[in-house]
Amino acid sequence: MKKLLNFLLLFATLLLFWVWLNGSLAADVLIIGVISAFIIALLFRDSLAVFSGLNPTPRALGYSVLYVFFFIKELIKSNISLAAIVLSPKLPINPGIVKVRTRLKSPMGRLLLANSITLTPGTLTVELEGEWLYIHWVTVESTDINAATARIVAGFEQYLEVMYD
Amino acid sequence: MDALLPILGGLLLVGGAAFLLLGGLGLVRMPDLFNRIQAGTKATTLGTLLTLSGVACLQPAWGLKLLLIGLFILYTNPLSSQVLARAAHRAGTEKSSKTMVDRLAEDTGEK
Repeated sequence: MKKLLNFLLLFATLLLFWVWLNGSLAADVLIIGVISAFIIALLFRDSLAVFSGLNPTPRALGYSVLYVFFFIKELIKSNISLAAIVLSPKLPINPGIVKVRTRLKSPMGRLLLANSITLTPGTLTVELEGEWLYIHWVTVESTDINAATARIVAGFEQYLEVMYD
Repeated sequence: MDALLPILGGLLLVGGAAFLLLGGLGLVRMPDLFNRIQAGTKATTLGTLLTLSGVACLQPAWGLKLLLIGLFILYTNPLSSQVLARAAHRAGTEKSSKTMVDRLAEDTGEK
């Protein structure tokens, strides 16, 4: 049952993106889309899908929207701080790889967290191992696990926690 | 409104180009691979997104497709950086002498 649901979800997502990309509902476009979406969905139905693990509650949906805004804000902040570093003649960096911990359990939640961290101020996820994330930080402020977690992870986690289990 | 959109689009394009330029400068100035990836990823993501929104203002009919391209970049850009960084770390790429701490090397060394 779960497999069938996964298959259908993946198939629908793929077909939606195909039609979106083509911008047409002509018969030949649709037929090619259906055939290729069917084959891909058949091959990858057991893999992670965009919606797997997403809580189907209105609250989670609302948090997804908030998350997008928070993310855009962080992305802009990240670019400005990076611009300041790159443009300053002394190149004030202080790099290092720190270890942080996440409370998120769902693989998709962790993936989104790792991706978000990579796109936000001075941090880059290098390795993900269970609940531990290794983060390359351009300006290390703390090497302590708890302090670094609060600084890097907590902001995103408060949203992702509601969206995913 | 019709007069404003092209101006907004142009401004967004210039902004996008500025961030892409900064990203390129970062690639040259940063001392080691990890810092370079950081400069590259962030600047190219925002720079490309701004450029895409600029184009969307100039050519509103392309909007949906541009949004799709933006989504694709948002998902794939950080992923490729992570995989590059991980591969580099596993291959033992030299780190800048400014590097303070490397918990990952400490932890994998223990195993």
